[in-house]
Amino acid sequence: MPPSIARNSIPNARWGDRIFAGLTRAAAIFILMLLGSIIVILAVGGWPAFRAFGPGFLISTNWNPVTEVFGAGVSVYGTLVTSVLALIMAVPVSFGIAFYLTELAPGWLRRPVGTAIELLAAVPSIIYGMWGFFVVVPFMSTHFEPAMIAGFHHVPVMDRLFAGPPFGTGIFTAAFILAVMVIPFIGATMRDVFATVPAVYKESAYGVGCTTWEVVRSVVFPYTKNAVVGGIMLGLGRALGETMAVTFVIGNANRITPSLFNSGNTIASLVALEFGESETGSLKLASLLALGFILFVISFIVLTISRLLLRPKFKE
Amino acid sequence: MNVTHSGTASGFPLRDQGVALRLSRRRRAVSRLIEALCVLATLAGLFLLGSILFTLVSNGIGGMNWTVFTRITAPSGDGGGLLNAIVGTIIQAGLGTLLGTPVGLLVGTYLSEYGRDSKLGEAVRFVSDILLSAPSILIGLFVYRLMVEPAGGYSGWAGVVALAVIVVPIVVRTTEDMLRLVPISLREAAVALGAPRWKAITQICYRAARDGIVTGILLAIARVAGETAPLLFTSLGNLNWSLDMTQPMSSLPVTIYSYASSPFDDWVQLAWVGALLITAGVLALNILARVVLRKRS
Repeated sequence: MPPSIARNSIPNARWGDRIFAGLTRAAAIFILMLLGSIIVILAVGGWPAFRAFGPGFLISTNWNPVTEVFGAGVSVYGTLVTSVLALIMAVPVSFGIAFYLTELAPGWLRRPVGTAIELLAAVPSIIYGMWGFFVVVPFMSTHFEPAMIAGFHHVPVMDRLFAGPPFGTGIFTAAFILAVMVIPFIGATMRDVFATVPAVYKESAYGVGCTTWEVVRSVVFPYTKNAVVGGIMLGLGRALGETMAVTFVIGNANRITPSLFNSGNTIASLVALEFGESETGSLKLASLLALGFILFVISFIVLTISRLLLRPKFKE
Repeated sequence: MNVTHSGTASGFPLRDQGVALRLSRRRRAVSRLIEALCVLATLAGLFLLGSILFTLVSNGIGGMNWTVFTRITAPSGDGGGLLNAIVGTIIQAGLGTLLGTPVGLLVGTYLSEYGRDSKLGEAVRFVSDILLSAPSILIGLFVYRLMVEPAGGYSGWAGVVALAVIVVPIVVRTTEDMLRLVPISLREAAVALGAPRWKAITQICYRAARDGIVTGILLAIARVAGETAPLLFTSLGNLNWSLDMTQPMSSLPVTIYSYASSPFDDWVQLAWVGALLITAGVLALNILARVVLRKRS
């Protein structure tokens, strides 16, 4: 290369490097500001509601657009109950799928079955809503709920949980749909972390005569414990903010009852339904934004825990 | 395969071979039972996917005809189609991806090439992961306050921005992961030849990671094409034909939402057709993304 060209090209290159590095850095800082502004905008938008109702907003079960008295109590309760119930149903199934895919399935089946489960995660939530409304709700109201109500009729406590007219919509159906939606997330994460267990560990356990289940229980579980909990929290994060599917099947009533078969609502479903009827600058809109802020804080905490637990996996 | 089977022969000081045998039988039975339950769980998962697809096809295929693609939404009984919703979704998902992808690409590049272990890099990776899983309805609320209120009305642009916010973290994640897979020696070779670092990244690393990055973009399109919640408060939906981005814009998911919960049979039928279309599109994009990635490995 003639010296003159080299002399010309080096300053150019330096400028190019500075500009490109600056661009990527600016984009990185932009992301930070994006999350920051989401938090600030929700907090500022919800401020009139927090000011009007005080900390009691969090637990108040009122939601009355006529008298303009609003509270987050029912929807926070609905959000937490549906999500936790969904996890109770989803975790064993997710574990079963992950266990099957890593230990039991023949090699040629692993990829197609794994892909099918992953595709379940790609189905848009509005589709789960329709499927839930037109397929699951009728099944619940004609088969499952009458059977449960009759079955637990004389069992104390349980008769309160499974009571009421079997409409098919309600907390339980919402939790069921959420479970179906998070199973692929939790299952795929569990499968991935199970796969990180060194084969030597498992072979040693098989070598001393462990059964497949014993290998999973005493080798795979202890090795992947944190990441498994992290995957479950990731699923919880998804369930908490799920909107469309829940809106279709939860029944949308602002009340708390002991029965899981009764209607309720969640933060996301309440916001989705009531937002269109709120005027700009109204206390109702502020209350919905405040609900959004609360949902954001809950999700943020859950996702942060999930990430801390899943982290070591990515460090490798 | 069980050592306790042969009692003393294995070297264990077992008093009673009968106990050992019973124990080993029990252990194997427990394992078998749990294995069977796991197979059942997997079958349940496959059954659910099958049930959803079957429901969509059996309800949607009957209403599938040309008017769906040639006519716009119309009052019940007037034989409307979904043309405006389909076009609206293509425009919004397309522009959202166009807007979000460059940002995601740059952030992913920063995380892999410049700020890999820096404090800023750690923070950005964390924030991007939070955005990836944050409830999408909150992004709708955010864009409503940011754009719809100041502008005084719902608009296609607001929908595009909301979808772009969802695209960014997806592209960040795949870009970073894929760039990290590019061997360091490729970068060194480029720099050793006198290429500036930015050229090494844009012309060598991007090319090596191209399939992976394309996969990420395809997955991002698939994700935002089916999003409903963030569009409810941004582009709102439009029953008329409108390509004006400053006006409310129709989209397939929002139309499905309002039609599915309507009391009219022909609207519910159209909702099923729309649901079948959107699911087929989203799943096809997902499968395409996997094919692109597998071709490489």
